[in-house]
Order: sequence, then C-alpha cells, then structure tokens
Amino acid sequence: MLKLPIYLDNNATTPCDPRVVEAMLPYFTETFGNAASRNHPFGWAAEEAVDFAREQVARLIGADPKEIIFTSGATESDNLALKGVFEMYAAKGNHIITTATEHKAVLDTCRHLEKQGARVTYLGVNSEGLIDLKELEAAITPATIMVAVIYANNEIGVINPMRDISAITRRHGVLLMTDATQAVGKIPVDVNKDGIDLMAFSAHKMYGPKGVGALYVRRKSPRVKVTAQLDGGGHERGMRSGTLNVPGIVGFGKACEICQQEMEEDGKHLQILRDKLEKALLQLEESYLNGAPNQRLPHVSNISFKYVEGEGLLMGFNKSIAISSGSACTSASLEPSYVLKALGLGDDLAHSSLRFGLGRFTTEEQIDYTIQAVTDAVNRLRAISPLWEMFKDGIDLDTIQWAH
Amino acid sequence: MAYSEKVLEHYNNPKNVGSLDKNSKAVGTALVGSPEHGHSDIMRLQIEVNPVTQVITDARFKTFGCGSAIAASSLVTEWLKGKTIHEALRIDNMDIVEELNLPPVKLHCSVLAEEAIKAAVNNYRYKNGLEALVLEEEEEEYEEEEEESESAFH
Repeated sequence: MLKLPIYLDNNATTPCDPRVVEAMLPYFTETFGNAASRNHPFGWAAEEAVDFAREQVARLIGADPKEIIFTSGATESDNLALKGVFEMYAAKGNHIITTATEHKAVLDTCRHLEKQGARVTYLGVNSEGLIDLKELEAAITPATIMVAVIYANNEIGVINPMRDISAITRRHGVLLMTDATQAVGKIPVDVNKDGIDLMAFSAHKMYGPKGVGALYVRRKSPRVKVTAQLDGGGHERGMRSGTLNVPGIVGFGKACEICQQEMEEDGKHLQILRDKLEKALLQLEESYLNGAPNQRLPHVSNISFKYVEGEGLLMGFNKSIAISSGSACTSASLEPSYVLKALGLGDDLAHSSLRFGLGRFTTEEQIDYTIQAVTDAVNRLRAISPLWEMFKDGIDLDTIQWAH
Repeated sequence: MAYSEKVLEHYNNPKNVGSLDKNSKAVGTALVGSPEHGHSDIMRLQIEVNPVTQVITDARFKTFGCGSAIAASSLVTEWLKGKTIHEALRIDNMDIVEELNLPPVKLHCSVLAEEAIKAAVNNYRYKNGLEALVLEEEEEEYEEEEEESESAFH
C-alpha cells in the first residue's frame, strides 16, 4: 500500500537511517560525557566514540582522521574554509575564484569577504552548468589563494570535474576548496585522488542527523591551515572551539559507514528509478532537462515544464508529493533560481522547473505515482495557461508586445 | 507556506476558465504580467460587456502562475459578472487579499488581478472609441505597478 506523502526532496535533507539513530541513542543518556573531559570515564567514552566516528568519516573520503574538523554543518564548514583561508593566507594574496552556481553558503561568504578586502572572481557556467576550465586557469593571478568549486550542484545535480580542476590549482600552487555536501556519500569522493585541499560536507544529506558536518583540511602536501572562526576551548586542533556534539558525530560516522558500504548499490537503484521518472516526464511536450545529462548525480533530476509555473504546479500535488521548484513566486524579489539563470535559462523556463531528489528509501511505486501526478498537474495547468494557448496557436511569445 | 482554504478551492476548481472572442467589440481583453519585467505570473482576463447597460455579462481567464494567482483570477471572474464596468474598476487588490487570505508575499498576485480588471475594461472602452478610465483615489501604494496595466491586445 502506497503511503502518502512521498518524499522526493532528498537534496534538501534526508531522513535519518534507523541504523544511524540506533547508534546515536546511547550517547544521549548513558554515554553522555563531554569528549573534552580528560580525567574521568564519561569523558573517555565520549572521546573514544568521537575518534571512532572520525575514522568512519575520514575513510569515506579517503582522508586521515586528523584531517577531519567537526562542525555544525556544511554552512559552517564553508564559512570556516573561506574565511579561515582568507585570513590565514592574507600575506600571499586576497584573490578567490569561485563559480556562479555555488550554494549560498559559499556565495554569501564570498560577498562578505569582498567587504573585507577580498577580490572574488565568479566564473560563469555553460548551458549544461559546467565551468570552462581554460577560463578558470586564465583567472588565476599571483594574488590568487583559493579556488572554490561546488562538487555537485544542489539544484541540478551536475558534477564538476574535480580532478581536472585540481590539476590546474596544483599547477599554480593555489588551494582547492569544495562544497561537497551533495556528493559525499552519493558518489565516490576521494580527497587525494580528487586533489582537494578543503572540503565541506554535512551529515543530514546522507541519512545522518541534522546539526553536524565536517570540514576536511589537508595536512600533507600541502599542509593547509585555517584561522579559527569560533574562539574558545581550542577543540578540533584549535580550528573549531565548542563542545563536540557527540551523539550527532556518532550518527554522522555511522551514516558515513553505511554510505561507504551501500553507495554503489544505492546509486544503481536510484539511477534506474531516476531514469524512469525522467524518461516519462520528458515525454511531455515542451519539457526540458536542466544540467549536463551525463555528468550528474544519479538521484537528481531537474526538469522545466514550459508554460506552467513551478509553484502553481507543486500546488497540484504538494499534499502527496514533496519536491521543490526553481520558481520564486514567494520570494520578495520574484527572481527565479540563480543557478538556472546561470545556465542561461530564461525566466519562463526557470520559473517552470521542478527538482526531483530521490533517496535511499524511494520505491518504484512512489515513482510511478509521481509520474502520474506530475503529468496530470502539468496537463491541467496548461489547460488554464494563456502561454500554452498562445504556443498552441503558433504565436511566438517573443514577438508579443508586452504592456509596459 | 500553507495555502488558505479559499485559494485551494479556486485552484482545484477554477471558475470561468477559457476564452471569449477577442475580436468582438463587446469583449475587453487584458494580458498582464510581462515575463520580461520580473513577473512570475501572467494573467489573461476577458470580459463581455452589454453595450447598453455597461454590465459585464461574462468573464473568462487563463493564468500562468502560482496557486494564489490562479485563485485571484478565478475569484475576480466571479466578482465581475453582473457588475457594471464602473463598479468593476472599484475592485481593489486589498479586497482580493482579504477574500483569499493572501499572505504578504502573495500581494503581487492581487495587484496583478486588479491591473487585469482595469486593463480589460479599458481595452473594451478603447475598442468602442471611449477614453481610458482611471479612478483617482486609489493610486498611492502600487504606483510602480500601474504602468504595466495595459493590454497586449490593442
């Protein structure tokens, strides 16, 4: 029996895997010690649990446990990486290169740093959401200290070629930072093979708990340092003070371990379901896939249904299916997704987009239901869309003299 | 954000969807909400007017937009029927906001519906050789929006 509502917004957050919750529970009540309490068994047990989790997290990304700094999540990790490197490497330069399709946690931190004297280059992307590597290389100057490129985009799922990017940053002696929140646990990420120097990621996008994340900070070739952004007890090798969230970290570790074991199988399963969904929805007239088709996360699909507005479309089934839209009908600016705009989509297509984010617990039955519900809603809204009528009448919308 | 019951009702069962003959002299057509000007909603509103009594005998819409925009369009088609065009011009966007319990982020949907009414009335008047009617008293808040209130179907 199909249980509603169906959750297809796994890029926003994922449910905790029950195995993760089970691992966490003792650390709320029995093993509740402060990991920094060095002189009694409660503290030792907590520290041991954190060390174990640190190994689980490090193993998933091919890092050394000493290179993992626990934080409250990817936003904090992005802030620590960007601000911490900008301050630590001030003597070397003030130039940061990033992309137009980063998460807000990177973009807004860069805007903040610009006010502190940073010079930031925002690289554009092509219609598939990919940066031009020649443009990246040409943007590097002697003052460049860091390149920050998102590993896999949260809206369209496009995966950046990190190995090609790190070949460039290495050649120029520039640090490579990446927000890998959507990628870690979903696709193989290896900080050494990928040549990454700093990497932000989060537990709740990979079936772990909310409120815990990590920043990977490379210790060898090169040894990277960041200036702490939170002062206090000097936890996490002085880079991030604050009592460790032991149950959260334990859950994060367990989530990483499960992902490492099941990623391959999960990925195959999800890609089959995603492709089924995508194939069916792209059969609708005037529907378009957003983002490079063959360089994407296996569980993400972003589709524009031309001539219907995304939020209006969602309303057709938002009691039974949870997905998100690139429309910004509710935002104060009425501006649609900046990521889709960066791909060169017009407002019409950007407003008409839906993002489907499948997850470990998605079933084929749910996908079949979704295909039917979305198809029905698109057809119903097109029947009341003036733009669809004009399109069907052969009127080129670009030639309409809009009143202004 | 949760939608009000009234918005849901209009969204699920929109009233008066469709078209009237835009070439008829009795029909006024408005197409408002240019996508090039940052609108996320586009409304086409049509009214059929009895030339003798100036009473609106029929109203139809088609709307590209969120649920609130669809609901606002559906609502005004219901309100317009039976009103004279002068009465129609007195429909204020805040009347729509109140009726549908629209939250502040959805005010623009009501503004667009009000613009559509004015544009449809004036398109009808224009076709019949009459000058545009503008009510003086309610121009304070949304002045910047007013300039977009003309029909695309002149």
